[in-house]
Parts: sequence; C-alpha cells; structure tokens
Amino acid sequence: MRRPHALPGQPGGRKSILLTLMMGLLLLYTVVPILWLVINATKTQDSLLSSFGLWFSGDFALWDNIVDTFTYADGQFGRWLLNTLLYVVVGAGGGTVLATLAGYGLARFDFPGKRAFLPVLLGAIAIPATALAVPTFLLFSNMALTNTPWAVIIPSLINPLGLYLVWFFTEDAVPEQLLEAARIDGAGEFRIFRTIALRLLMPALVPVLLFSFVTAWNNYFLPLIMLNDADWLPLTVGLNNWSMQNQQAVTATGHAIDSIIVTGSLLSVVPTIVLFLGLQRYWESGLVAGSVKE
Amino acid sequence: MTSVPTTAPARTPAATRVPARPSRKRRSWTGLWFVAPFLCVFLVVIVAPILYAVYLSLFRDRLIGGTIFVGADNYLKALQDPEFWSSLGRVGGYMLVQVPVMLALSVFAALALDSARLHFRPLYRIALFLPYAVPAVVAALMWGFMYGSQSGLVGDLNDLLGVVLPDPLSSSWVLVAIGNVATWEFVGFNMLILYSALQLVPRERYEAATLDGAGRVRIVRHIKLPAMKQSLVLAVVFSVIGSFQLFNEPSVLKSLAPNTISSAYTPNLYAYNLSFAGQQFNYAAAISILIGLITMIVAYVIQYFGTRREGAR
Repeated sequence: MRRPHALPGQPGGRKSILLTLMMGLLLLYTVVPILWLVINATKTQDSLLSSFGLWFSGDFALWDNIVDTFTYADGQFGRWLLNTLLYVVVGAGGGTVLATLAGYGLARFDFPGKRAFLPVLLGAIAIPATALAVPTFLLFSNMALTNTPWAVIIPSLINPLGLYLVWFFTEDAVPEQLLEAARIDGAGEFRIFRTIALRLLMPALVPVLLFSFVTAWNNYFLPLIMLNDADWLPLTVGLNNWSMQNQQAVTATGHAIDSIIVTGSLLSVVPTIVLFLGLQRYWESGLVAGSVKE
Repeated sequence: MTSVPTTAPARTPAATRVPARPSRKRRSWTGLWFVAPFLCVFLVVIVAPILYAVYLSLFRDRLIGGTIFVGADNYLKALQDPEFWSSLGRVGGYMLVQVPVMLALSVFAALALDSARLHFRPLYRIALFLPYAVPAVVAALMWGFMYGSQSGLVGDLNDLLGVVLPDPLSSSWVLVAIGNVATWEFVGFNMLILYSALQLVPRERYEAATLDGAGRVRIVRHIKLPAMKQSLVLAVVFSVIGSFQLFNEPSVLKSLAPNTISSAYTPNLYAYNLSFAGQQFNYAAAISILIGLITMIVAYVIQYFGTRREGAR
C-alpha cells in the first residue's frame, strides 16, 4: 500500500504559522456546522430556539431527544433508518458486485462488442441523472415498481465510477500469467475470479464499496420521486418531510419539532462519518491509486 | 458523445496498456458473462429512460382529445419559455461564482497539505473532508437552521455583535446561501482529489528543481499546478455539471424560504415541478433533455479546452 506521508518533505520544509492559520480558518468553516449540529442535538426545543447556537445551554437533553426522535409519529424514524439500510446494503452492495464483475470482465477478456462498451458507457453517464428522472419514473410506474423499494434499489445498482476503478486496478493487480496458470490447472473462469482475482482486488473494493455506500445513504432525488408511501422513505426524504411539516406546524399549532429534526439529522450523519474515519487509510490509498496516472 | 469522464480514454487499458504487451486475452464470449449483469441493469435504468424521454418529448397530452404527436413543438415551446431561461441564467451565474471560489479554496488547501509546512497535517486532511459524509439534505437543513435571522446562528451573531447581518434567506442573498452549502459540502472532497494527484509527483523532481535554484513559488507553478491539472479539469467538469443539476439544496431550503425560491428556481426544480406538481410529463421530458444537452455541451467544451492546452504544452 502507498504511504504518501512517509515520503520525505519537500524543500523549504519549515513549518509555517501563517499557512497553518489560514488553513485554520478553512477548518473552522468546515467543522463549525458539524459542531453546531452536535451541540444543538443536546438542547431542548426551548433552549434550541433561545440560546446561543455554538454553546451548550439548558438541560442536557441529548438522550431525551434521541428517544423523542425514535418515538415521534409512531416511530417513523426507525422505519426510515431500516429502509435506508436496506437501500444501502442491496443497492450499494449489489452495485459493487456488478461493477466488480464487469470491470474484471472488461480488463481480462476480449469479447465481441467490447470496443463499443466504453463510448456507450461514457456517453450515457454524461447525461445528467436528473434528466433521466422523469422518464425513469414513468417507466417504473408502468412496470408498477414505483412506491416499492425496487424503484430505489435498481437504479443504484449502476456504479460506473466503481467499474472504472476495478477495471484499471485489475490491469495492475491481477496478472494475466496467474490466471493462465489456473486455467492450465483446469479451473473454470468464475472459480478463478472468485478464488484468485477477487482476493487481489480487495484493496480497490474498499473505496468502491465505501463511496457507493455513502452515495446510497445520501440519496435524495431518486427516492423523492419514486416513493410516496411514508413507510418506504429513506432518512433523507423523511427528514425533509418533517422539516416541511415543521414549517406548517409552527404557523398552525405552534408546536414545533426543531429539536427532533436536529437530532435526527445528527443521527443520520453518524454512520457515514464513523465509516470514513474508521476506514480512512483504505479509501485514501484507493483515491491515490485511482487518480490520474501519467 | 464522450463528455464527462473523457480524461478516462487517455488512460484506458485499451488505449495505453494493452499494446505494450502482446495480448494473451481470451477472445470468446466468456467475458460477456462477467459484463452481462451490469449491462442488463444499464439497459433498464439508463438506455431505456433516454429513449423513452425522447419519445415522450415528441407528444403532448391534452385534456380533451388524448395524446397527440407534436414533433418538435415541446422543444420550441421550451426555447421560448421565460421561466426556463431565467432558471438557466440563474444556475449559469451561480456556476460562474461558486465553482471558481470552491475550487480555488480546494487548490489552496491541497497545496497547503502537500507543502510539509503545515502543522497538524492529518487533522486538516480528515476534518476538511468530513462534510462530504453529510447528506446534501442534512447539510441544507443544518445550514437552514443556522441561516435563521431570528433563532439561528445569524440571529445570534446579530445579537452578539449588535449588527444586522443581511438575511441569507432573502431574495438577494439566497443564491449565495445555496452556493455556500454546496461549497461547504465539496471543498474537502475536491481538495483530496487534487491532493492525491500531487502525491503522484516523484519527490526527486522537487530535489532536482531545488538544485536548479527554483524557489517555492516556481515549484508550485511549474511542477505542482501542472501535476494537478488533469484532476482539476475533471473537478471543474463535475462541479459545472453539479451546478446545472442544482436541486437538493434549493429544494430543501424552499420550505424555509418559500417566497424567494420559486418552483422554477433551477432548471431541475422546474422540470420536477412540471411533472410532479403540474402533470406535464411530455413538456418536462423535453426540458430534461434540453438540460442534459446543454450540460453535456458545456462539459465537453470545458474538457476540450482543458485538455487541448495540455497537449500544446
């Protein structure tokens, strides 16, 4: 694995206070909103609205807020969390499987029509997803797939970026001679893939899986269009629905649910942040491997 | 039509790697079995909707008389639709400001990270990247709370400093407020992409340049910026596409600022509202195709100029 940070420093490598301060400003910019989210998830509805946003105030209500978030509206939040997990596991997982198979197939085999594959794929990806949304919705609606989990899962099975990463990585990491040797031993192609190639591809699969996990977890536009039934929503769409209700609730009944929305937002961020922090060295080295080679 | 990741062909295995060694690949149908599952889904979720969109855009649904074939009418209507043009102009203006600001910050941060002159380097690398892990919806909700000029952070700052900051959700500032959310989300991600490109520069080049008497500024200009160039072009292309597709942030902030963010605020919001609030699916399909075409043309032009200058170098 590449260890970029073990490399020797560059000329003039004296630490600079000015540079550190300037980067410090950028750091504040990116971190303060996350701190805001954490701090305000600990406040009661009243002190959320009345106290200074960047410091703790009033009772420490984090646990109560979490309980409220999970019990509000018959436990919708828990249901949305499970839905999101379903979309992530099947969508991102399935997408990674398809991308891995296809990337390997393109890198290690010649077959009729292969040359057409790249231009068609590139051309199709260039079309903005949102331009496809309306026709995809109508198509799925004709097939009675809208308002079912399939409407969210099937489109997220396509992971072109993952396919590229696996394709390039296979060229580098899975030597043709090794496959040839296995063939001489009489192993079938799929068996060779499963027992030899897959193991060599692992380092590339971690970033592919992680980034498709995050994409699926954060997906908003597609489920917004495809799903009406509150029972199938993912967290993103559900939280925004709560936010919209909240705006109406304030004017109608005066009973706002800001603290629940803030806590729900925090809860929906935790898994991806934990994953990114926990798997940092794997996906960072994957990014280096996947970036432009000359 | 290759426009988004067209840097890819320059480094595709087919183009660069295979000719280096005589091919020992098996020429048979076997490979197709590996690609087939991907291909099947690809046909269902990309090819079929494109064809269907083109088909839909050629018809018009009338209240009386059913669906009729109208040829290019929907496209002509869109080209004369002031709402469509004003939404396009809005994202165009947004793009001209947000993309340069965000990418300048990303380039600065990538250079700073790479320079070995920064204290606490690992902290910056991960902390700046974290917003990428936050869903766009949550980012917009969170910033929406902070934007509040009564009980939000902006209101707090007003009280604290005894000033009246402009309301971020007012009509003159809301586009900046949206741009800020997008910048916040992606500045660290772009930084990491650019930083990864810098990591691939062989360290000996810096030593050689220093021996030749090159200072820090010259090293940045003549080694580091060129090293980042291809990744930067790609980042520009993706950011520009993101601007044209702007949807999540304005759609979430709309509930906080219903009067300043109209239903045709961005082209995508317009297409979405035409089909799901207005049931004008045929017209929405034509608008979607136009958005797609315009985005592809802009992305292609950027990439063309981005890579051409590199060739002349």
